[in-house]
Amino acid sequence: MKVRGITEMAERTTREIFLGEGSGTGSGSQHLYVNMGPAHPAMHGIVRILAELDGETIVKADVEIGYLHRAFEKECEVGGYNNAIPYTDRLNYVSPLINNFGYASCVEKLLGIDVTERCKYIRVIMSEISRICDHLTCVGASAMELGAFTVFLYMIKAREYLWEVVEDVTGARLTISYARVGGVKADLPEGFAEKVRRAFKETRQVLDEVHRLLTGNRIFMDRMVGVGAMSREETVGYAITGPLLRACGVPYDVRGAKPYWVYDRMEFEIPTGRNGDNYDRYLVRMTEMEQSMRIVEQALGEIPAGPTNVDFSGNPIDPALYVDRGKTGKTEGLLLIPITLSPNLQGQERPVYERVNVDDKRVVLPPKEEAYGSIEGLMNHFMLIMEGYGIQPPKGEAYFPVEGANGELGFYIVSDGSGRPYRVRCRPPCFPPMAALHKMIEGGMVADVVPSFGSINMIGGELDR
Amino acid sequence: MNGPAILLRVAERFGSRILETHDRLGDQTAVVDRAALIELLTYCRDELGLKFDMLMDLTAVDYLKYPGREDGPRFEVVYHLYSLPHNHRLRVKVALEEDDPVVPTVVDLWPIANWFEREVWDMFGIRFEGHPDLRRLLMYEEFQGHPLRKDYPVSKRQPLIGPKN
Repeated sequence: MKVRGITEMAERTTREIFLGEGSGTGSGSQHLYVNMGPAHPAMHGIVRILAELDGETIVKADVEIGYLHRAFEKECEVGGYNNAIPYTDRLNYVSPLINNFGYASCVEKLLGIDVTERCKYIRVIMSEISRICDHLTCVGASAMELGAFTVFLYMIKAREYLWEVVEDVTGARLTISYARVGGVKADLPEGFAEKVRRAFKETRQVLDEVHRLLTGNRIFMDRMVGVGAMSREETVGYAITGPLLRACGVPYDVRGAKPYWVYDRMEFEIPTGRNGDNYDRYLVRMTEMEQSMRIVEQALGEIPAGPTNVDFSGNPIDPALYVDRGKTGKTEGLLLIPITLSPNLQGQERPVYERVNVDDKRVVLPPKEEAYGSIEGLMNHFMLIMEGYGIQPPKGEAYFPVEGANGELGFYIVSDGSGRPYRVRCRPPCFPPMAALHKMIEGGMVADVVPSFGSINMIGGELDR
Repeated sequence: MNGPAILLRVAERFGSRILETHDRLGDQTAVVDRAALIELLTYCRDELGLKFDMLMDLTAVDYLKYPGREDGPRFEVVYHLYSLPHNHRLRVKVALEEDDPVVPTVVDLWPIANWFEREVWDMFGIRFEGHPDLRRLLMYEEFQGHPLRKDYPVSKRQPLIGPKN
């Protein structure tokens, strides 16, 4: 952390230092060094930009990150495979569901299991809802920083409707921890489709209003068009994915390039821009929200009934099998004992939560009635939770990319065959754009840092991990 | 080009300098000798049929406590390549000994390597020869050690220190 030029500054007057006036060392004016951040009102994360200014033009910028480093990758190595799921919530805290599912899918790839159809649809639906939340936050916050406070309020209102849906499903708004290796925590609640439809109606209305407020707005366009642009070659060289890459006209989207879950059955378009500037990024995000809603509506129409969880070998678990297999009759009586569950465990009871096959290796926790009501269920539960047991994928490594709201979110997991991941690497989608941020702002005005930085949608949680 | 064909092509071209290739769980991996790393990556990027124009990810793994690899090279640097025109992927790995954790930088091939390599240096203490600006990325300069190494205790605490000046 060196502030360059500090020695020259020491002998100069206040006006010279703060206003960049004076002759400086050579002829003409002298460059001024300005710190933006780590805590700055226009930086919606903690990040520091050390900018070298010539008047109001940025000559050179150095971006410093790491202020939110929480040792995510190290912590993952400490606990079992499912223990990392709460940490993945905190990677991208605006769309935590996508991180959850990306991580779970990577472990499933290591295990070689395929989740059930219903679970895949649930993952698609919840991921797309998260993507809309993420884009709403990004566009809303960027617009607010340019003075359009109304847009921010409208978009946060829409996000609120969607978060209510998320809360209905997962029990939390932000730290949802909804995915499990081999499935999800609980099935969709009753009346889910209707709630989503209502939320989408509100969201569409908001998007329409925002379009009318911003898209042709003179002030907004002046600040966005041509600002923060990057060429296609640079963007690719910096491995930038997501809306920023698509704004350059490259239709790369993991959902289309390598469809996972059931994206291959969905019909959607991948919107692209042309100029790669902030305005095109804004348009791409706005269009993507509509496409995400389209995907959710298709998925809600097609979602099959059936179990959400599978056993280790990837077979849906037949409820009767649990009793039949290995356990000779005695358990049947025990299983009939009515158990009253705490309301905190809603969604984890037997009717919505498939029973687990009694097998040597298991992945999914048993329904709570069984964990509390039968010795087998309790043992099963313990075997998955106890240290040294739990989910044990075979030795190997796997990389699983999903399309996060900001681009390709990849998990690379190395397993040593034990109950803990040997190495978990997260490829955060907003890391490459932050590495390229200096390219976007150099040569521009100080005020243009704000929209460019906003268009990246930096999320400190996943950037610094 | 499908995955196995990529591996075959790379293996043919580089012969014994590709130490190992495997195709597991749908991911294709080539383990390359350090001396041939830059040549291989340049070939992967520029060859018409491969065109790996994106360095999707660059990370490292410390195999110090990996069962069955106690005597092998300690570190592996892992490159995940992706090709936009062909929509295919390849994982390239290079193994490094504990007493010589140095690999040549790939900043000239993909500018994103700048930050990825800084992070790997920060977390694993692997040096990238020829890197223009190999500073720590996530931790602060005064931090001692490299936290993602397996011999760095997870409970170890260090004082948080402000900037030097």
